[in-house]
Amino acid sequence: MRGNLPGLLYSGMQINMLKKRVLISGNEAIAQGAIQAGCGFYAGYPITPQNEIIAYMSKQMAACPAGRPKKGVFIQAESELAAINMVYGASAAGVRAMTSSSSPGISLKQEGISYIAGARLPAVIVNIMRGGPGLGNIAPAQSDYFQATRGGGHGDYHLIVLAPGSVQEAYDLTQVSFDLADKYRIPVMILGDGILGQMMEPVIIRRPKTQDRRPKQQTKPWALTGCKGRKPNIVKSFFLREGALEEANLKLQRNYEIIRKKEERFECLFISEAKVILVAYGTMARIAKSAISQLRSVGKKVGLIRPVSLWPFPQKPFNLKNKNVKYLVLEMSYGQMLEDVKLAVCGRQRIEFLGRSGGGVPNEAQIINKVMKIL
Amino acid sequence: MEKTFKRCQSLYDVPTHYCPGCGHGIAHRLVAEVVDELKIREKTIGIAPVGCAVVAYDYWNFDCSEAAHGRALAVATAIKRVRPQNIVFTYQGDGDLAAIGTNETIHAANRGENLSVVFINNAVYGMTGGQLAPTTLLGQKTSTSIEGREKKAHGFPLKISEMLALLPGVCYIERVSLESPVEVLKAKRAIKQAFENQINNLGFSLVEILSPCPTYWGLTPKESLDWIRDVMRKEFPLGRIK
Repeated sequence: MRGNLPGLLYSGMQINMLKKRVLISGNEAIAQGAIQAGCGFYAGYPITPQNEIIAYMSKQMAACPAGRPKKGVFIQAESELAAINMVYGASAAGVRAMTSSSSPGISLKQEGISYIAGARLPAVIVNIMRGGPGLGNIAPAQSDYFQATRGGGHGDYHLIVLAPGSVQEAYDLTQVSFDLADKYRIPVMILGDGILGQMMEPVIIRRPKTQDRRPKQQTKPWALTGCKGRKPNIVKSFFLREGALEEANLKLQRNYEIIRKKEERFECLFISEAKVILVAYGTMARIAKSAISQLRSVGKKVGLIRPVSLWPFPQKPFNLKNKNVKYLVLEMSYGQMLEDVKLAVCGRQRIEFLGRSGGGVPNEAQIINKVMKIL
Repeated sequence: MEKTFKRCQSLYDVPTHYCPGCGHGIAHRLVAEVVDELKIREKTIGIAPVGCAVVAYDYWNFDCSEAAHGRALAVATAIKRVRPQNIVFTYQGDGDLAAIGTNETIHAANRGENLSVVFINNAVYGMTGGQLAPTTLLGQKTSTSIEGREKKAHGFPLKISEMLALLPGVCYIERVSLESPVEVLKAKRAIKQAFENQINNLGFSLVEILSPCPTYWGLTPKESLDWIRDVMRKEFPLGRIK
């Protein structure tokens, strides 16, 4: 199902080549990307299909070659609740911190994620999605889109949500996540699915060149380090005084406004000439690419918009003048991203939908059939 | 003339929001005195709970973090692990430590995290209006047990300190009381011991403090102190548990 079309590099990312290639799974790529980005703390709880991440972090953080300082602290937490609150603590102490899980576990973490957002702490949270609701199954799915992009826990907040479409991108975007989290003091979620997590691909080991290099301790003047030579720092999300919470929430909203303007990430293929534009992210976009290459080989004008940032959801690529173009939204869920596409298109063009979930994945033949009906 | 008693540097010169006769003010002061005496104010990080003491950082003059309800020991674990050079303690009520956060409490203790815990047991949920707590005594009336705690419906008062004492990772547990000046001095000694244990890397230390809540016990401040001495101590005996 690997798409054989070249992708455009998404916005805002240059690459620093170290020219080393390795064959690893998406889960391992995320873990390795985190280590590369200077993640100094990881806490997690086992859940399929992301167990390679916790195993990798355990090994990496314990590994301590002679004469070298330890790479970080690893804790296998007693629960998802403990894990996310440990991430809160490590981040409050100024260290780059990450946790990972899969859908039911991410539901458990939502309280902690809300506190992290409210306390303006950076953190990276990985969700390798499986089927739901409830215990669901361990098959890949994209059905946590609403939870990821709408905040997920209580209160008015957002995460930056990034959806890698390949193992290489999982590796690169994990590093970008740590930079974005520190830059905006916001939790960032890597949203993948079981296929991406388990699939192995060659990955070039490299450091994406984003605006921010790894920030040093002194660039986090808010961190809890002991109040030597300064007034005490307080990490909190509780604002009882009248008007204080509204003030704090408006600060969050202003931050989100900047992120909306600056951090849209997406990939576009053949959209200027397309009659039908497929819209898909992550694994679904790879299947869409395969369908597109078959359709184009028989002369059908089909393009692709692949959102890479799911929040902020890319608005720019949907700003097309051609009123006759049609969109086909593809998901491994029953119409969640569809709502964001509708908001972005704003009634200007027709939108169709094809989705399966609970272990079902729309395949190339189904996509091609649907496109032929729409054309 | 030499000054023999003064305000702690670790305590701001502000009034607290606590009810008349509440034990939190005393417990805050004891922590502050210990931090001053051990000269660790500039490296101390306190974790405030969810409950009446949530704004403890408005009174303590050192770095503090809030934690979600029950999660103080998860937050403290991570802070201490990434900054072992700091002194990290949690300050938690009975609902926080022994109901919603029991799992975090047991596992932080079992890992032998090098932390100090100040556990305020006032046998009731204060901030939310006096509901049944895990430590509420049998027969004690609360807003969710208006006929008094009854074992069949509500179970028994939870002795979390005795449970934790079973764990090999735990270094020190003592139960103290704020019922009288003598007991307050003993409480301070215990808190100091818990902090010294951390300084000496000895592992998990917890001080359970029986603390008055006149508002939700329906007693005067003086009666509350007597109630700790005459009733509460029978269920929660004072002294070194481990």
